[in-house]
Amino acid sequence: MSKSNFTRRGLLKTSGIAGAGLALPTIFTASSAAAFTNEPTGSTVTLGFNVPQSGPYADEGADELRAYKLAVEHLNGGGDGGMMNTFSSKVLQGNGVLGKKVEFVTGDTQTKSDAARASAKSMIEKDGAVMITGGSSSGVAIAVQGLCQEAGVIFMAGLTHSNDTTGKDKKANGFRHFFNGYMSAAALAPVLESMYGNDRKAYHLTADYTWGWTQEESIAAATEAMGWETVEKVRTPLAATDFSSYIGPVMNSGADVLVLNHYGGNMVNSLTNAVQFGLRDKQVNGKNFEIVVPLYSRLMAKGAGENVKGILGSTNWHWSLTDEGSKTFVKSFGEKYGFPPSQAAHTCYVQTLLYADAVERAGSFNPCAVAEALEGYEFDGLGNGPTLYRAEDHQCFKDVLVVRGKENPTSEFDLLEVVEVTPRAQVEYAPDHPMFAGGSLGSCNPGA
Amino acid sequence: MFGLNQKDTRLFLIVAAMTLLAPFILNPFPEGTAMAQMFNAGYPDLMQRFVIFGILVIGFNILFGLTGYLSFGHAAFLGVGSYAAVWMFKLVGMNVVPAILLSMVVAGLFALLIGYVSLRRSGIYFSILTLAFAQMSYNLAYSVLGNPASNFNLTNGETGLQLLLDDPRVLGESVTADGSIPVTNFFGIAMRDSFNLEIGGWLFTFNAGYYLAGIIMLISFYISIRIFRSPFGMMLRAVKSNQQRMNYTGLSSRPYTLAAFVISGIYAGLAGGLLSSMDPLAGAERMHWTASGEIVIMAILGGVGTLIGPILGAGFNEYFKNILSKINDEVLHQWLSFMPDGLENAFVGVLHFFVGKGWHLSLGLLFMMVIIFLPGGLVEGGQRLARLFRRRRPSDDDSQKSAQSTPAE
Amino acid sequence: MDAILLQILNGLDKGSAYALIALGLTLIFGTLGVVNFAHGALFMIGAFCAVTLQRILTLSTITIDETQKDFLGNPLKVKTPYVESWFGPETGAAIIDWSVPLAILFAIPVMLLIGYVMERGLIKHFYKRPHADQILVTFGLAIVLQEIIKAFYGANPIPTGAPAAFRGSFDFGSMFGFDPNTIIYPYWRMVYFAFAAVIIGGVFAFLRYTTFGMVVRAGMADRETVELLGINIDRRFTIMFGVAAAVAGLAGVMYAPINSPNYHMGMDFLVLSFVVVVVGGMGSLPGAVLAGFLLGILEAFASMNEIKAIFPGIDQIIIYLVAIIIILTRPRGLMGRPGVMEE
Repeated sequence: MSKSNFTRRGLLKTSGIAGAGLALPTIFTASSAAAFTNEPTGSTVTLGFNVPQSGPYADEGADELRAYKLAVEHLNGGGDGGMMNTFSSKVLQGNGVLGKKVEFVTGDTQTKSDAARASAKSMIEKDGAVMITGGSSSGVAIAVQGLCQEAGVIFMAGLTHSNDTTGKDKKANGFRHFFNGYMSAAALAPVLESMYGNDRKAYHLTADYTWGWTQEESIAAATEAMGWETVEKVRTPLAATDFSSYIGPVMNSGADVLVLNHYGGNMVNSLTNAVQFGLRDKQVNGKNFEIVVPLYSRLMAKGAGENVKGILGSTNWHWSLTDEGSKTFVKSFGEKYGFPPSQAAHTCYVQTLLYADAVERAGSFNPCAVAEALEGYEFDGLGNGPTLYRAEDHQCFKDVLVVRGKENPTSEFDLLEVVEVTPRAQVEYAPDHPMFAGGSLGSCNPGA
Repeated sequence: MFGLNQKDTRLFLIVAAMTLLAPFILNPFPEGTAMAQMFNAGYPDLMQRFVIFGILVIGFNILFGLTGYLSFGHAAFLGVGSYAAVWMFKLVGMNVVPAILLSMVVAGLFALLIGYVSLRRSGIYFSILTLAFAQMSYNLAYSVLGNPASNFNLTNGETGLQLLLDDPRVLGESVTADGSIPVTNFFGIAMRDSFNLEIGGWLFTFNAGYYLAGIIMLISFYISIRIFRSPFGMMLRAVKSNQQRMNYTGLSSRPYTLAAFVISGIYAGLAGGLLSSMDPLAGAERMHWTASGEIVIMAILGGVGTLIGPILGAGFNEYFKNILSKINDEVLHQWLSFMPDGLENAFVGVLHFFVGKGWHLSLGLLFMMVIIFLPGGLVEGGQRLARLFRRRRPSDDDSQKSAQSTPAE
Repeated sequence: MDAILLQILNGLDKGSAYALIALGLTLIFGTLGVVNFAHGALFMIGAFCAVTLQRILTLSTITIDETQKDFLGNPLKVKTPYVESWFGPETGAAIIDWSVPLAILFAIPVMLLIGYVMERGLIKHFYKRPHADQILVTFGLAIVLQEIIKAFYGANPIPTGAPAAFRGSFDFGSMFGFDPNTIIYPYWRMVYFAFAAVIIGGVFAFLRYTTFGMVVRAGMADRETVELLGINIDRRFTIMFGVAAAVAGLAGVMYAPINSPNYHMGMDFLVLSFVVVVVGGMGSLPGAVLAGFLLGILEAFASMNEIKAIFPGIDQIIIYLVAIIIILTRPRGLMGRPGVMEE
């Protein structure tokens, strides 16, 4: 605690200042004098970190929160500055944002759309947050993004992988750094082809909700394009804990690859069950039976233990990357907390820096000015190579990692190895791609 | 007044005053202080929740409190009402009145259907039947009925049913002039409009949506008092005390229990419609069995079968849920900064488990405490306190008896 | 045909977990008349007994290995479990490998103790209270228990593997003349089924053939008369509560390798096991077991692609649908007694 900015003395001092000049919570107020929602008028600015603190994704949320605290520390000039040193934009000086000290409030999404909107509302209405960020599911991200659009604050999405977040449910006030189902498929397909050949029969088990559907659609399209056949697509209930009755029939279907479009607890259980059934020891159609988990998360891979060994998937970022940005981030995170950051932590840290940087460049906290600064912005040095925040849909385009469960891990964090860094050009798509069509950004809403 | 006896009139007036003055009562601390940051609850979203969940639990109490039938699937009606209201906003227009009316009608019909089937059984068999219906609704709403790719996307699944720019809204505009989705309103008064009043360091927010919901809650409360005092309410109580004897006297209890079930379903639908009016997104989670469990918990917390209990229980639950989950370690350090460093860290280390991400734990412990020590809920707590004060003045033994029954039935 | 046989196997396996939990629930309800919503939490604690024993067995000494680097570039800290340094690497590794079966021995006293403390400390005070109060206080207890586990073990699932000898699966298909690989079934799940059968048989035999069991059954039928005979029935019921807790706990221990334990697994099972108990009929032990297997098998069938093609989403609702039909056609579940929990 002693090194961070959140010692009690630091807080005492800042809360005094905050008390003197706190912005009035006049959001949703028609007759407000402010130019935009929660315009910071004092010497501080409040950001809202909306992460799952209870429920099954609580550990992932805790890691996101650690990253946010680290980012705030760095923005305020504490610590070693982290990725601010490697970021291609140099406008952040470590003196807060636009000279205002960064403060934050936290909320608990519980990974439920309703609860997440309630906690975001409370941070906007009560605490005067000028930006909301975080989350670890697509349903929550889309729901909170909609709320931020109505309220007139910026939403910097956390971990959300559904195509819809920047597809049919995109919003002018919402931005996503994380990759999506389409990109996973585009990155995985060539690796799958080179490793397993182009004559394969795939069996999909898909979590029966928005994210599962879009990922299944993306993976099926990409693998079919290279010659694979999709034998069956089976939907599994979200609440399912035992997947035996879905995995049993796989061997009967003539399929030789099992694609698990599951995340979190679903992924841990379905993968564990599949390995229990001995699918990976079997030979079908004269080939080794293979399992693919398109979206990997290190935190979740830990839950599946030894069962992840040798299984391919994709991830947004991994701590073993050796570019300068990643190394710096792993170092400052690892030294502060004692273990390497997860991909969720990475995307949340980067989103905070990107927001702060955009505010500095725009010279204003006004959501419309910030959005304009982020749109079409090219940057580098934040861990995924040269990256573009595309103006048409507010999606980041960057390299995607294909990873595999490691055979001989040296520590409890060393579970995945990077098989290939798929270059950005290969995962790009047109803004009006059919999987993303149907929505529109609308116009930016500054609230007030 | 209004056909209420003197005691009920007094109770009603107290509730009315509390509701209308809530922006003052809930913001006791000056803006910007540490106490305000955590304990002030006078912001629109939370105030709206207080009264809306109040309506929900008042309705639940008509069923459970009077007839003793424990429905473990009441959240389904809340969810159905929410969906109905959002569909109204999508298809017809952004005025909340038709949306709320539709949500009451839909929830009422849904309750009629489920009640007709479930009330064939009693006791735990009834509870499990309602639970099964609600869980089926939840599972279907989350997946099959919510697939955007199908032609039958009733609920929009995990994300929740939300408003879009290309919704038809035949009686209103699809998109406002500045390119946004229009906001929900009551004949032109936007639900999110607020008026801020600054007095000294204090800030009070008067929100249009809150006052609409608050007035509707008062009407619901009034109706519930009338039901409690009516011959119909007496019938329902007869069901609770001895259904068999009632049947032997030649009365069929089914129409009465079914009516109570439908009425409480309509209350839940009304609450759902209001939730959607304040925030036009309806998520499937509000139909999950844990949400139903929370309704039961709120009712028991407040005091089952009492008039004021549901409102107290709902307010208590929502308040602690919102406040506890927002306290994090930094805030704790700030509060306890008067202590020496070592002691401070020790206290934060212990409290850490009960706040922020540990708020479920504190709430669980609180529920257990209330159920163990105050079987009659907060109302009983209030009565005990009142009795304690009365006992100091031993002269009036009579008023002790009346105090026992005043806030209750 | 082979698909149907496979789903029967799956159903028996799912059913054995339901049946074990429902059996414990019914034991408590039948003896003490208490509806225990914390029973799922006991199942979860059982699974965490396996996790805890695994943690204890892998307590390690840390040695610095200069040749390898950790993620920050510092020398790697290599952990060697104490059991490996005490018993030699091979025996030590074998002990760790068998931690789940060993956890049975660890879990029995722990669960009996937890059951005893729960009954004496909390449940005892709720015998005379309405069922709604019992449900709510035990529901509150379930939340408290699972949050405590979460505070110590985190929210993520924790992998707890079966012994290496039981990994992999057995090919029933080739044994019974079907095509190879059509009916495969994991060894550990077969162990689970056999274990459940032994426990269920054990509980029934205990109640049937021991004097203690006879007295308990007499107490379930007519508590007052048994008390008038000068038998301390309360004490025996308390012990039965401990036994029920142990049954749930053992079900949890053995379940740990099937799905990695997490803090909310109890809640996931709770509602389903309640539906099982009610479908079986409140207070009927054979009913609970029968309903457990019945619902397990129906759930497995409902997840077949052929059936899902006709009724989309049927696997999401099958258990509730069956529960509704059974309660409506058989007023007191499959084998319930009249008058129990109907007021």
